[in-house]
Amino acid sequence: MSTTTSKASVGRGGQKGQKPNPVAWLDERTGLAALSKKQLRKVFPDHWSFMLGEIALWSFVILLLTGVFLSLWFKPSMTEVEYLGSYANLRGLHMSEAYASTLEISFDVRGGLLMRQMHHWSANLFIASMMIHMLRVFFTGAFRKPREINWLIGLGLLQLGIIEGFAGYSLPDDLLSGIGLRIAEGIMLSIPVVGTYITFFVFGGEFPGDDFIPRLYTVHVLLIPGILVALISAHMLLLVYHKHTQWPGPGRTNNNVVGYPLMPVYMAKAGGFFFIVFGVTALMGGLMQINPIWLYGPYNPSQVTADSQPDWYMGWLDGGLRIMPAWETTAFGFTLSWNVFVPAVVLMGLLFTVLAVYPFIERWITGDTREHHLLDRPRNQPTRTAFGVAGMTAFGVLWIAAGNDVIGPMFNLSIYAITWFCRIGLFVLPVLAFIITRRWCLSLQRHDREVLLHGYETGVIVRSPEGAYSEIHAPINPVSAYNLTTHERRSPLELPPREDANGVRAPQPGKERVRARLSRFWYGDDVDKPTAEELEEAHHHAAEHGQLDGGRHVGIETGGHVGGDDFDLEQAPNR
Amino acid sequence: MKFLSSRRRHPLAGLLVVLLGLIAVGASYSAFRPAVADDTRDDTELIAEGRELYVVGCASCHGLNAEGIVTKRGDNYGPPLIGVGAAAVDFQVGTGRMPAQRPDTQIPDKHPAYGDEEVSALAAYIASLGPGPAIPAEEYYDVTDATEEEIVRGGQLYLTNCAACHNYAGSGGALPEGRYAPPVRGVEPRYIYEAMLTGPQQMPVFSDEVLTPEDKHDVIAYIDSLDTQANYGGSNLGSLGPVGEGMWAWLVGIGSLVLAAVWIANNGARAGKSKS
Ligand code: HEC
Ligand code: HEC
Ligand code: HEM
Repeated sequence: MSTTTSKASVGRGGQKGQKPNPVAWLDERTGLAALSKKQLRKVFPDHWSFMLGEIALWSFVILLLTGVFLSLWFKPSMTEVEYLGSYANLRGLHMSEAYASTLEISFDVRGGLLMRQMHHWSANLFIASMMIHMLRVFFTGAFRKPREINWLIGLGLLQLGIIEGFAGYSLPDDLLSGIGLRIAEGIMLSIPVVGTYITFFVFGGEFPGDDFIPRLYTVHVLLIPGILVALISAHMLLLVYHKHTQWPGPGRTNNNVVGYPLMPVYMAKAGGFFFIVFGVTALMGGLMQINPIWLYGPYNPSQVTADSQPDWYMGWLDGGLRIMPAWETTAFGFTLSWNVFVPAVVLMGLLFTVLAVYPFIERWITGDTREHHLLDRPRNQPTRTAFGVAGMTAFGVLWIAAGNDVIGPMFNLSIYAITWFCRIGLFVLPVLAFIITRRWCLSLQRHDREVLLHGYETGVIVRSPEGAYSEIHAPINPVSAYNLTTHERRSPLELPPREDANGVRAPQPGKERVRARLSRFWYGDDVDKPTAEELEEAHHHAAEHGQLDGGRHVGIETGGHVGGDDFDLEQAPNR
Repeated sequence: MKFLSSRRRHPLAGLLVVLLGLIAVGASYSAFRPAVADDTRDDTELIAEGRELYVVGCASCHGLNAEGIVTKRGDNYGPPLIGVGAAAVDFQVGTGRMPAQRPDTQIPDKHPAYGDEEVSALAAYIASLGPGPAIPAEEYYDVTDATEEEIVRGGQLYLTNCAACHNYAGSGGALPEGRYAPPVRGVEPRYIYEAMLTGPQQMPVFSDEVLTPEDKHDVIAYIDSLDTQANYGGSNLGSLGPVGEGMWAWLVGIGSLVLAAVWIANNGARAGKSKS
């Protein structure tokens, strides 16, 4: 890195006898070096789960690259043409130009099919990786102050990604596109009162019409990608500004970041990762067929096919549609189609609203208004973790419902049975998942406490002179002990006493009482880490029995090993 | 010719044209129609042989005289076979569905239990009980030299009439109550034709009025073309549509990328150093 030039040199470039150095040349004109010096030494903590968002980023880059390629040939037009390309099974058929040009990309453009398939696979990977990235952020509590805005931006990205994917899926005007749009139209129509107007506005008349595909094309290649780029930039800028969160550990505090500098280590890793993502996408695009539109044929309203589904990221909505009972109300001459409105519009609204307000609700319940730069282990937040798993379970049930016609024959199950399982499961399974997860977290906490107080189980059984058998417990090493004890002690919010010292009754607003109760629910069952005295006492006790000093008797080492002593450390004074 | 052109506007000319047209249609229709029951050669020997096989292998479910057996609850144990025709027997026995091993929601195909001769004997016997669709002659389902135009036509007919149950690529699909439409890829053309003709189970009968013999031929030609065409773009992953694709995106795509992330995070400039 040649970052020697300083601000003073600006405007005084080209000194005699000095060879013009391109970096210096650039710096003298832009002053970038000073700006980037700090950013390039930015420290990034290392953990695989911090790279999930990166999969999304790189997938987006691949989408841009392959999308631009596709847009060179794709014709977003509903004009009817006769297909004369090289796919024999459709030759001579009349179809829209959009569909014909997608066939052309697939069969007559060199590398076109590979690009189409890469585009579609990376769309799937883009949204999948955003989702697992979001789950990581959720379960580790990385959405807490000061990162709430980035959580919201991330949600926006996820929603836009889903819409963008659906728009892309609808562009080729094949049978599945048409079926999908027909359902989208139905969903719009189901919005009470304004549904019909919205539909006419969007489609420019009756479905499908000639206007929709060109409009959708502009949305797909210009509008949403533009917003996505802007939001991704904001997301990254905030990330740099906040600095990355990290797992707690020796030397890692709420006021520093321990990891590798962005340049060169993290850059190399991230750059390498781009090539891996690109490679995996290219392999999938080259070896695995996706969206074989030539088999679906051009959209024809009189045709349907088994297994016509949306892409998986819309699947949960489709699942909702499939299990919703056929309820309708007619009022004032309007028909309210609950069977469409509830699963599609309400469900989607519900999921994203819950996700959006969650950080603020948790903050209110726990009364925790501090900044957090250290991550939570999921087990140390049993209630949050349980909520997350319950949400994932509901999502999974909807997925199953959407795949009922594929799952049915595969496992020899009746579709009706699957539908009823999902109808009931949607309400019961998340509750079960919540209870199980919470208990699981609590017992993991209990286990941590055990390990701290009594050491870990060595698996070595000794026989005492009296003939009794016991297992030796050895103390865990200091690093592990540190990691297990570094999280905060959490306690439910307490209401102020009802009467103050003078016996005056203080008002206790109902809101506060609800909050205290929720907070007790949130933290009440937590198994706290042992206190310093308890630890002290346990060690003392163990030493007396000669137990914890495992090394002397049976040669047992303390578990794990201490590492990570050559990290860079970035102090963050602005926190 | 003068005679014709001068009388073109005669009040009865229109009627005459319609009449001629009807005759032409009728004639070509009977020419293309697969021969029906009257073709059941009075080959009494074959029928007798068929009856013998029938009594041993089929009567327990379909009744001694193919009149069907009704259970106490009123369900069909085995439906009556009078009038189902030779095509139904050829399809059911030829694909190994019959003889069924036990009553089931849907009787699966398996390795056929009878040889070709026995099947034709059975078919002859059932056909002798009442008129029904006969086994089509080979020219109806022979698609070895189908033209591109026919295949394209067949593709559209397939997507309109069959894909709803059998899937866009012929890989089968689910039906209510645990039933299913089996894959049609790799099925012998004769059985495809007979399936359309007889409509086994939930499948509708596509009589010659619904799908003409040419239509059937073209549908078969299209299904056949799916088997011979390359898998463009790589493995078709079972042709299960977007649900299958989504599963592979998670398993292969996200799976391998997360593994790569773990690998990268655990190895690298400095992480490696502390190990050596
Ligand atoms: C275990 C009982 C059982 C036996 C044995 C059996 N069948 Fe069947 N068969 C059935 C049932 C049940 C059905 C109706 C369900 C179906 O079509 O899958 C049926 C349907 C049929 C049909 C279709 C009828 C239609 O309406 O198209 C034919 C043809 C047939 N059987 C022929 C035979 C012949 C020939 C044999 C002897 C080789 C035979 N079956 C043996 C139970 C049986
Ligand atoms: C309503 C759904 C439905 C439609 C539409 C339908 N089928 Fe079927 N098809 C079935 C079912 C169900 C079976 C299985 C019958 C059985 O197992 O006895 C079947 C069986 C078949 C078989 C036998 C497959 C085998 O494994 O032996 C063929 C071939 C076939 N269908 C072709 C067609 C064709 C061609 C069309 C369109 C002209 C069509 N089907 C339309 C439901 C359908
Ligand atoms: C978040 C980003 C994006 C997602 C999720 C996405 C998704 C999709 C999907 C699923 C398809 C259907 C592909 C198929 O035929 O199987 C598609 C088609 C298409 N996309 Fe995108 N896309 C994205 C960005 C872009 C960009 C940036 C461009 C262009 C600049 C683009 C251009 C196209 C074109 C031209 C098509 C139609 C051609 C075809 O279907 O083969 N996409 N997109």
